[in-house]
Amino acid sequence: MKALLIAESRQGKILPGSYETLAFANKIGAEAAMFLVGSEDALPKFDGRLYLADVAAAGEYNPDEHLRLLLEVVAKESPQLVVLSHSSYGWDLAPRLALALQAGQVSEVVACEGDTLVVPACNSKLQRVVRAQSGVTVVTLQSGAFSLAGEPAGTPTVEKLAAQAGAKLEFAGYEEAEKGGVDLSKAEIIVSAGRGIGKPENLVMVEALAKALGGEYGASRPVVDSGWAEHNRQVGSTGQTVAPKLYVACGISGAIQHLAGMKKSDFVIAINTDRDAPIGEVADVLVVADLKQFLPALTDRLQK
Amino acid sequence: MKILVCIKQVPDMESRFKLNAAGTWYSDQDLAWRMNEYDEFAVEQAIQLREQAGDAEVVVLSIGPDRVKEAMKKALAMGADRGVHIQDDASYGKDPYQIASAIAAYAGEQNFDVIFTGMQSQDRGSAQVGLLLAGMLGLPAVTTIVGFEYDGSQATVRRELEGGLKSVVKLSFPAVLTCQLGLNTPRYPTLPNIMKAKKKELVSLPIADLLKVEALVTTAATRFPERKGGGLILEGDVGELTEKLVAILKEKTTVLK
Repeated sequence: MKALLIAESRQGKILPGSYETLAFANKIGAEAAMFLVGSEDALPKFDGRLYLADVAAAGEYNPDEHLRLLLEVVAKESPQLVVLSHSSYGWDLAPRLALALQAGQVSEVVACEGDTLVVPACNSKLQRVVRAQSGVTVVTLQSGAFSLAGEPAGTPTVEKLAAQAGAKLEFAGYEEAEKGGVDLSKAEIIVSAGRGIGKPENLVMVEALAKALGGEYGASRPVVDSGWAEHNRQVGSTGQTVAPKLYVACGISGAIQHLAGMKKSDFVIAINTDRDAPIGEVADVLVVADLKQFLPALTDRLQK
Repeated sequence: MKILVCIKQVPDMESRFKLNAAGTWYSDQDLAWRMNEYDEFAVEQAIQLREQAGDAEVVVLSIGPDRVKEAMKKALAMGADRGVHIQDDASYGKDPYQIASAIAAYAGEQNFDVIFTGMQSQDRGSAQVGLLLAGMLGLPAVTTIVGFEYDGSQATVRRELEGGLKSVVKLSFPAVLTCQLGLNTPRYPTLPNIMKAKKKELVSLPIADLLKVEALVTTAATRFPERKGGGLILEGDVGELTEKLVAILKEKTTVLK
């Protein structure tokens, strides 16, 4: 089995998902080559062949050109599997490649079982076991599902690709999230509000509990998207990654993007009316209760 | 301007799921159905663009059994002009390649200027259909947009990356854009608009007329994940729950002084 792994570089750095593709290849015992649109100044630590296109020429977001380069490498390597991260880069590039190769794509793989791949469905409440029917299969890996046993090591043998400028899509630069305000990554106790709080007025109950515990309040994506909390309060893959001593998830279902931002917390308490909510997977304690009754009761008890 | 918005009807994700008889997907019995959340942002953006462009039409498209027309009626009540329902009682078994092929077969002849769709569905979550559709139609595509502006000739979109970073991308129509949560604030259909929507055109086309390809990925089984972590579950009276939780916090953590 031969796998072509798609590494990712952003703003001059190799992204950690690159090594997760390597961990996947190791796990299934595949012979691996790597593809990267990046720079010689920041190569992935990997003992094997690396096809490298210069990001200065190809552009950091230029899917047409990345696809063209990738197809060149697929023609040379003839892999059975092309492996990407299920990241903003991977989920954007993978279907373009799958279509060009007339290959089946399996998205957000969490496990490999024999000749089948396992992917989540319905907010991880279900799993699908799937099988690609094509000669080549394109897979994207759920962030964190596969990791190397040790630190990445090695030096690749670089084979350069000639990138061309020009694109239908014009990449006009990056926009950073507004900085300032609270830094949740330094908080030892975080009480976070999810969609389950129902309405913005109920955020005060979450803030009150955070205060009673001597911590900060955070929020899940829907709460921030609704404008009930600032982005600097958002915990998850598109917000902050936190690892406090105590994380209290209030009305948070536990989408993978949220779990990615808080699963390293020392102790997790989830409060939810849905006892099947995926947050239960990472919670040390799941309290099945109505937030509107439970939060004020707990806050009162702590203030005694 | 002709705008297409592709939507999916999905179960409420808080449902207690059961498996179907074949064990290949969830049973569609006893579920509350709604419009895929990502698609609500797609519908809203389509309507906002029509309002800005003036002389424009928004067509909403969905594939599935007759019940998906409920989600389409919501899109019509939000302001879409007409609906195209691709009737398929077995749509749950189609892979993204087949779904995109069916949409492309319809959209290919219609010359839409812009196609909006959600970045993924909440149930299957493959995040593929929008891009496959774009590829089949030979259109540029940008995924995961959280910002959209149109100046009359060019669109500027913001793509969401990880850790709060966004990339700014400029493009010309025709194009396909897949929408991320938070792109805008989807409007609630008002009662008069719900009434008006009932009179809007909603045609059904049989899937067999549009779908000519086999699946590239098949589902061997669907199952409940093994609960790995699964800590302590506390249920019952609020007063007792509070006492129990405080005891646990004292025993297992150092946060209570």
